[in-house]
Amino acid sequence: MSERKAKTLERQRNQAAGAWSELQNNTRPLIFVGAGSCGLAAGAGEVIEAIESHLAKKEYRADILKVGCIGPCYLEPLMDIKMPGEPRISYSNVNPDLARELLDSFFEKGEVPERRLVGHFGEDGFKGLPKFFDHPMLAHQMRVVLRNCGIIDPENVDHYLARDGYRGFERCLSLPWRDVLEIVKKSGLRGRGGAGFPTWRKWLICRETESDKRYLICNADEGDPGAFMNRSLIEGDPHAVLEGMLIAAYTIGASEGYIYIRAEYPLAIKRLKSAIARMRQLGLLGDRILGSDFSFDIKIKEGAGAFVCGEETALIASIEGKRGMPRTRPPFPAVEGLWGKPTIINNVETLATLPNVIRNGSEWFSRFGTETSKGTKTFSLVGKVRRTGLIEVPLGMTLRQVIFDVGGGLLKGFKAVQTGGPSGGCLGEEFLDSPIDYEALAAAGSIMGSGGLIVLDKNTCIVDTAKYFLNFTQAESCGKCVPCRVGTRHLVNILEKISRGKGEISDLARLEQLARTIKGGSLCGLGQTASNPVLTSLKYFREEFLAHIIEKRCPAAVCRDLVVYRIIKEKCTGCQRCVQVCPTAAISGPRSEPHNLDESKCIKCRSCYEICRFDAIAGDAIVIESRG
Amino acid sequence: MPIGPLAAIVKDFEGEPADLIPVLQRVQAICGYLSPETIRLISRWLKISENDIYGVATFFAQFRFTKPGEHPIKVCLGTACHVNGGEQILGVLERRLDIQPGGTTDDGKYQLERVACLGCCALAPVVSIDDKIYGQTSVLKIQEMLDEREKSENA
Repeated sequence: MSERKAKTLERQRNQAAGAWSELQNNTRPLIFVGAGSCGLAAGAGEVIEAIESHLAKKEYRADILKVGCIGPCYLEPLMDIKMPGEPRISYSNVNPDLARELLDSFFEKGEVPERRLVGHFGEDGFKGLPKFFDHPMLAHQMRVVLRNCGIIDPENVDHYLARDGYRGFERCLSLPWRDVLEIVKKSGLRGRGGAGFPTWRKWLICRETESDKRYLICNADEGDPGAFMNRSLIEGDPHAVLEGMLIAAYTIGASEGYIYIRAEYPLAIKRLKSAIARMRQLGLLGDRILGSDFSFDIKIKEGAGAFVCGEETALIASIEGKRGMPRTRPPFPAVEGLWGKPTIINNVETLATLPNVIRNGSEWFSRFGTETSKGTKTFSLVGKVRRTGLIEVPLGMTLRQVIFDVGGGLLKGFKAVQTGGPSGGCLGEEFLDSPIDYEALAAAGSIMGSGGLIVLDKNTCIVDTAKYFLNFTQAESCGKCVPCRVGTRHLVNILEKISRGKGEISDLARLEQLARTIKGGSLCGLGQTASNPVLTSLKYFREEFLAHIIEKRCPAAVCRDLVVYRIIKEKCTGCQRCVQVCPTAAISGPRSEPHNLDESKCIKCRSCYEICRFDAIAGDAIVIESRG
Repeated sequence: MPIGPLAAIVKDFEGEPADLIPVLQRVQAICGYLSPETIRLISRWLKISENDIYGVATFFAQFRFTKPGEHPIKVCLGTACHVNGGEQILGVLERRLDIQPGGTTDDGKYQLERVACLGCCALAPVVSIDDKIYGQTSVLKIQEMLDEREKSENA
């Protein structure tokens, strides 16, 4: 029985090698489309439809492969073509027309068009074209966790197996759990969910707690608004996360596992479900896995939407069917967690890192990173940066390298970068050269967080951003403890007052005092970190608060009550585009003459501003300015 | 024994209190919302008081207690969408549909919601209509989309 189980995987692995080599040495043309959630949002669905119908119409023979996100989201939809005997060649921002054009060029004319070409995946010098991974956004990256994303078909376990999938877990089975723990300890891996607690230490506490049952929970409740690393990873390489769960469960001695994932991620849930079903067929889940003494099974729990459930005890309460409210710790979940049993909660990225660590060894992993922060880390690089997307870099890289080398800098001047989402801080120019590691970010008053990096430019208002984060945490506060429930409400009120130009100088001291009280007095991580955005922005961008308070001015021209819309007469061509879109008839004027904007009617909806910017006839004549 | 909308899902659960959240999710997926009647049925089935069920259901953002509109429109207000003008898009939709977030238009056609993050931050600002996600929208693009929908419906 047990031997047969082990053989099923071996047979599948042999078959997988064949399938993979067929993909590399394809005899039929292959078309890859990035069809993660972000690719689909950018229009990959329409591109796939266009490809399918065009292939049928022209009777071209080819296979379509829907892959996960490869990272540079700003280039989506990405479509790659791999002709037999040639490398895969990637094109960016493809629409249905371009898709048809590309198919005709490759299939009929045998040409490789250069328009929108990103690069190829082959050897140096192919037809003198650039290589995909030499693209400036990718060249500085180190893809360990994301090694398969965008490369393999996430629904095909063969692809994962062919790229050494489940080898890490197989190695674990041949070792006692203490040896596996030792590898993880030596690697220096720390939790990727935010706090950065050493993974091995948490595991050891759990394993050494006497109990008849232990649980493992994969935290995929990516609640940080502005972060999507976990979603992309699950969508692009679900088996990596699942293999990580097997390794963790084996080491801590868990027999049951849960994946707690946001209901807002339907595609990721679908991928996990089909991957789990496949694992079961291959004997990688269930009783006596691969003939060993280790039994383990995984259930999926969909989160119902509460940011606080990122907190371990709140997440556990929610799995137990209760309101997702945190409780005091200790006891820590590693000692007393789900149903009162020892429970380990690991983040998606932590788990997906494990197979790489076990397969390649701790020394290999600890080569990347800094003294205290080892390995690589994924980030979602978004906001006002030119090249937005999902990236993975070695820890210790500076913020400047990430924002300017990987992200290509900003269109307008750099102002700040927010790390760690609503629990993190806004860091200004003086921090650009500090390394991204757990300690350096904490010293600056921010946190690593799960990996959201939001870049803010000169047109972003710091007061508005702090207000935004506090509004978010205030709404997500579970209400259990007073400092967080009442305190965040008051922080919002004071920030609101300042952003309306009604603030007083004494408000700043009040903000700081209140923020410190909330930080020191809250029960859980949500409250303890909620004031970080306020504290850091007050510390590093005080003059911007003063401009709002003393001059009643929003230097970035964002805060609604402090801005006016104005038409520059000299630039206005009198095209009437803005007159047509204005919902309140605030703009008037005859054709071909400069228009008038009646401030008393203007509701600042931005329609006129947009049409003036993006319409070919209009000419940048409408500006949004700070009052005063 | 439970009846009505629960009949289809009873076999998938053990009927334990821990099943509450997944049960609510399934019921909402079938009925579109949680009505007082279904909550009463769930209460009897799982042996949890209606009070406790409301306590859990109102805690989480996912659950709704009124009949949803035919086409849900979700405006993402994650950080990346916020700094790229998500609030203005929400404002335009509020005026145009004449409803507040959480509300449904009088004809029951559209329902407007603000959501914390749809996870497509690199394409901000993002709006979803009928669960299809649209990236890089703007106050004008969203209005054009509604115009087109109306035109195709009237045609």
